[in-house]
Amino acid sequence: MSEETTTFGPYTHAKSSISRTMGLVMLSLLPATLFGLYQFGWPAIFLFLTTIVACVVAEAFSLRVAGKPIKPFLMDGSAVLTGWLLAMTLPPWAPWWIGLIGALLAIIVAKQVFGGLGQNLFNPAMVARVALLISFPLEMTLFNQPAPLFSAQAPGFLESLAITFGSSDSIDAVSSATTLGHLKTELGQGVGLPEAATTTASIWQQLWGQTSGSLGETSALLLLLGGLFLIYKKVITWHIPLSMLGTLALLASLFHLIDSDSYVGPMTHLLSGAAILCAFFIATDLVTSPVSIRGQILFGAGCGLLIYVIRTWAGYPEGVAFAVMLMNACTPLIDHYLKPRIYGRDRKGEPLVYSNEGADSK
Amino acid sequence: MSSDYRRITKDGLWDNNIVFAQALGLCPLLAVTGTATNGLGMGLATTVVMVASGLLISLLRGIITPQVRIPVFVLIIAVLVTLVDMSMNAWVHDLHKVLGLFIPLIVTNCAILGRAESFASRNTVVKSMYDGLMMGIGFTFAMVLLGAAREILGSGTLFNNAAQLLGSWAHFIEITLIDDYKGFLLIILPPGGFLVMGFILAMKRLLDRKMAEREQKATEASAELQPESS
Repeated sequence: MSEETTTFGPYTHAKSSISRTMGLVMLSLLPATLFGLYQFGWPAIFLFLTTIVACVVAEAFSLRVAGKPIKPFLMDGSAVLTGWLLAMTLPPWAPWWIGLIGALLAIIVAKQVFGGLGQNLFNPAMVARVALLISFPLEMTLFNQPAPLFSAQAPGFLESLAITFGSSDSIDAVSSATTLGHLKTELGQGVGLPEAATTTASIWQQLWGQTSGSLGETSALLLLLGGLFLIYKKVITWHIPLSMLGTLALLASLFHLIDSDSYVGPMTHLLSGAAILCAFFIATDLVTSPVSIRGQILFGAGCGLLIYVIRTWAGYPEGVAFAVMLMNACTPLIDHYLKPRIYGRDRKGEPLVYSNEGADSK
Repeated sequence: MSSDYRRITKDGLWDNNIVFAQALGLCPLLAVTGTATNGLGMGLATTVVMVASGLLISLLRGIITPQVRIPVFVLIIAVLVTLVDMSMNAWVHDLHKVLGLFIPLIVTNCAILGRAESFASRNTVVKSMYDGLMMGIGFTFAMVLLGAAREILGSGTLFNNAAQLLGSWAHFIEITLIDDYKGFLLIILPPGGFLVMGFILAMKRLLDRKMAEREQKATEASAELQPESS
């Protein structure tokens, strides 16, 4: 009996695959990440590695429990990327267990419980970030001034080990608020905006990223560069980032024009905090954002609106994670109502009726 | 007759457990199980109400007409809950301060009405009381398990304030498992209740499946043995 090889379709393959997508996203995150790691020194590097390793281990464990093949799912890079994104939104000098608990929440609770990659309702990194912020408000809001690697004020290797893995007492000495947090506190105490803004970082510092903030969120410019690279590579489309940042900027300008004493201007809203990172890397998550173009624009605008509302009127200075999670919850609804039109059918899914009147009028 | 009681026991404690199988009474379950002690107190109060309602409803089942049975059941349960509420306020006042808001809500615990409707209104007095007891113990077991899991994860202690419920001799079961624990607030909040509950349900399913597999293997093994012996 001769052995006959039968190959089944599809016979042609596109270049895109899960691991390629994940690889490209990581590549585009690299500049901002390296800058963040350089700026915040060894403790940030330890936290970054802890988070990613914990994510991979948690993923392997969940796959084993679920009885799925471990290697192919692990090699697609999605767990690494989740850990990477989560680490970028953490305070750089947070203790190791913040990264560990965050990783467990992201991978087990937010992703694998729902059925793994492609099944999760919410963006895993944002679920973990929100859960951590609610559970450990102290550790999650302790930010420190940038202390670049090998500079005089940077902690040494051993000292950094103590910061990440030891007791967290030494952090207090260098803690400082983020731009948004500082403005929120000052405004809350009745200080006018022009006065409060004199002590925050300049726009240029915010653009380049030399401010205190989360590990990988500070450098707006490098994140923007990575985001544009992703659009160029067609991993994401421009609709969600543009509609989200546009809505945020529009609202910020509007309120700033009405009362510039109590509402922060659009540049601060765009450049500080997680807005840019979120617009390009988190809100555009293929799993948890709508499918259709119109849906994506609505999704982005909703994110922008919620970010502005939470930042301005709610209790937290930063609302990106909450905004993305709330819009994630709306995604199935958006997908239901804003379906793309199928060729040959109208928007309601009915076949198109060709009347003779159209032909006559030609 | 004894197999009936064995069935009731097994149903109440495991197979048909109010929380783990019927998924009833989740409102008090999620609201008060921040600590194991609160869970225990709430579970015991519910058990008392279930036994008493089993007694009264099975006694009165002959004269309650089907048309008015639901209002009558609710009335009976409400009277019992009011009694429990007042007794707790009198004798375990500190715990009542913690659980106070939720004690009147035992009336709305659908598990009690459910047992009244599906069991006590169709069975004898002794059986109904026994069913109420077993269901109550099963409920208490679930409350304590969930409370303990949330308390350990959330605040690093176990049976905190147990002395308030059980008297001063109970100080020895108040354990601080992790010294200098930062507290995991999410687990104490209601979303954490849902999360922990989900994981416990998954574990129960896993256990049930393992047990079913073992039983099947045992029956297969005995089935294989029989033809050889015959």
